[in-house]
Amino acid sequence: MAEKTSRRTILKSGLAGTIASLFLRPKAAISHDIKRYPDSFGVLVDLSRCVGCRSCEAACNAEQKLPSPETPFTDQSVFEEREHGQRRRTDETRYTVVNRYDVPGQEHPLFRKVQCNHCQEPACLTSCFVNAYTKTPEGAVIYNPDVCVGCRTCMIACPFYIPTFKYSSAFEPRILKCIFCYDTRLKYGKQPACVEACPQEALTFGRRDELIKIGRRRIEENNGHYVDHIYGEYEAGGTSWMYLSNVPFEQAGFNTEIPHEPILDSVKSFLAIVPMVLTIWPALFAGFHLLATRKEGRQELQHENGREEK
Amino acid sequence: MKTFTYENVDLPITGANKTDGTSWSIKERLWLGLSLKQYLLQLQRNPVNWLLLIIFSVGLPLLLQRYTFGLGSVTHASNDYPWGLFLGFGLFGMVPLSASGFLLGTTVTLFGREDFHPIERLALLNGLLGYFFAVVYLEVDLGMPWRLAYPMVVSFGPAAVLFLVAWHVATYLSVQIAEVLPALFEWLDRPALKTHIKRIALGLTIAGIILSTLHQGALGALFTYAPTKLHPLWLSIEFQWIHFLCSAIFGGLAMVIVSSTLINRYMHWRCGDAFKKSLDSLTLGMAKGASYAMITYLVIKLVALAHDNEWEYLLTGWGLYYLLEIGLGVGLPMILFAKGVRYSAVRPVRIAAFITVVGIIWNRLNTSIYCFNYQIYQEIPHWKEVWLTITLYALYFVVYRFIVYRLPIVFDWEESSNRTSPL
Repeated sequence: MAEKTSRRTILKSGLAGTIASLFLRPKAAISHDIKRYPDSFGVLVDLSRCVGCRSCEAACNAEQKLPSPETPFTDQSVFEEREHGQRRRTDETRYTVVNRYDVPGQEHPLFRKVQCNHCQEPACLTSCFVNAYTKTPEGAVIYNPDVCVGCRTCMIACPFYIPTFKYSSAFEPRILKCIFCYDTRLKYGKQPACVEACPQEALTFGRRDELIKIGRRRIEENNGHYVDHIYGEYEAGGTSWMYLSNVPFEQAGFNTEIPHEPILDSVKSFLAIVPMVLTIWPALFAGFHLLATRKEGRQELQHENGREEK
Repeated sequence: MKTFTYENVDLPITGANKTDGTSWSIKERLWLGLSLKQYLLQLQRNPVNWLLLIIFSVGLPLLLQRYTFGLGSVTHASNDYPWGLFLGFGLFGMVPLSASGFLLGTTVTLFGREDFHPIERLALLNGLLGYFFAVVYLEVDLGMPWRLAYPMVVSFGPAAVLFLVAWHVATYLSVQIAEVLPALFEWLDRPALKTHIKRIALGLTIAGIILSTLHQGALGALFTYAPTKLHPLWLSIEFQWIHFLCSAIFGGLAMVIVSSTLINRYMHWRCGDAFKKSLDSLTLGMAKGASYAMITYLVIKLVALAHDNEWEYLLTGWGLYYLLEIGLGVGLPMILFAKGVRYSAVRPVRIAAFITVVGIIWNRLNTSIYCFNYQIYQEIPHWKEVWLTITLYALYFVVYRFIVYRLPIVFDWEESSNRTSPL
């Protein structure tokens, strides 16, 4: 430093820095507890009952007023569709899809419905920096397009690859995903359109706690028919939509490596350091500065003293 | 420009006054003291400008297309890869390379290493522009760019890592503007304003350290949202933020070495005596810092491997690729840096700096695109996305050059008071 650094300037700038950091300080480190609503709704999907009729897709399309697809919903050839070697996924024109899996050793092909699983502690919600997502007490994870900035972090964070982005629009892009028919049905305690449309009772709508009991009972009563696991009971901290399967879940395209803790847990190790850095760094580096420039100060002082003596 | 400096004793502009004592007008300062004809001539003589012209002639229409027909018209509109090159290169790549501002600011202002002063301004400018253009890239990538300020004013999601990134990058940008302002004040003949900034310099520097530590780390922590999607070798839940922060340290230093090397070579007329004289020793000094940061980085990479017990992955194809990235991107330049410092040779250091910059970008692209979704498929960006990324980088280059040509970044401004008597 060219000019002399007195203790006073240090204190002044240190204080200024601290005050600044207090004002600038985002409350990122305080990860809030997400309420687990005890009476929330959910759906239990029984893969062994699904016949791949795609009625649920059609019902969803009508209920959410989505554009009609090129091929009708009765067309079974869509099960052969592959993009980048992947089966169909949700996109801006469809919030739910049914995919076929030919499992070796099984007489019938297996069908799996994909839609938002409506997590108990949704990664999309916790990763959103404008709080565009809400987990409602009814169990739905809904989205507010009025505050969304379009950063697409929710799509990165969702372990189920559910949220999709309306890339086709320059002026009104938004995230599109299944909202559990919240606005039109769930809010009034009614089951979503896809569940209502299912002719096979493959989808069971009810309170989440009840569904887990139903699932357990079904596993027990049909001894050995089902895999002894309800997918979604614990995955990613638990989801409102859950699955029963008669084949190992990974053979039906499920990711079985998804941790049982909420996705937010893996981010917490970083969030925890934020307050430490904010509080310790100013003092620490101001101290370094004092140490590093101490010699200079002393030399100057000696210099001055020397001059005075002369 | 070189030819004009030979022809005219006044050029290049190094202070408020011409040699005869009259002062340069702002217009003259903007035109580098050249007449319009001369200015256009020097533009035309430089082959780089023709390359820029080609890039912009395709890139600017593409930019228009992106803002009228949506992101989907210039990218693959992938729902599986929501982040492409604009963020992978522009945000995750540019920000670590812009750590230079806070690093050199810390060295000079906080640790009192005045000997690094000749290169401090270049480092600060490099930081400021890097951050600014990271935001420009973000503005191209965001679905609703007009809502950029929403996380600050409209709606808050304080538990999100990106919330922290947004706030910190925004505040740090203002800190950096304040740090670069003295150069502008000098150029505008308002040296008095400098004292205000100087008074808060230490506060600004410390704020810079805090903000940089957190947002460099936060960029890494963003990937901890995808523990099942990113390959485990590129993701360490506990150490990701340290990896990103530590690599930003040598990335930022390497970027200043690269930038100063280019400026010294292709804009030699612009460099001041202090800059020219001290550049070699400063380069070696920064190389020393970079090699320390690199060995630290290698050690914590190793710690992360051991902590997550990921040794078996090293024997897979991904593991070989990982070792290749570490070896070529960090190991090789580290050895070159160390050699350069040991034998006081600047050449290997400069080569190493180039490799390091490429290595950092490689690492960030691997993390954000190549090793993301490693279990499903590889995304190859659309050519328009690549071209747009290059276009924005060319814009960055043009702005960078524009400022270095004019403001006292690599030379010392001669105040008008210093030259009161006409020669």
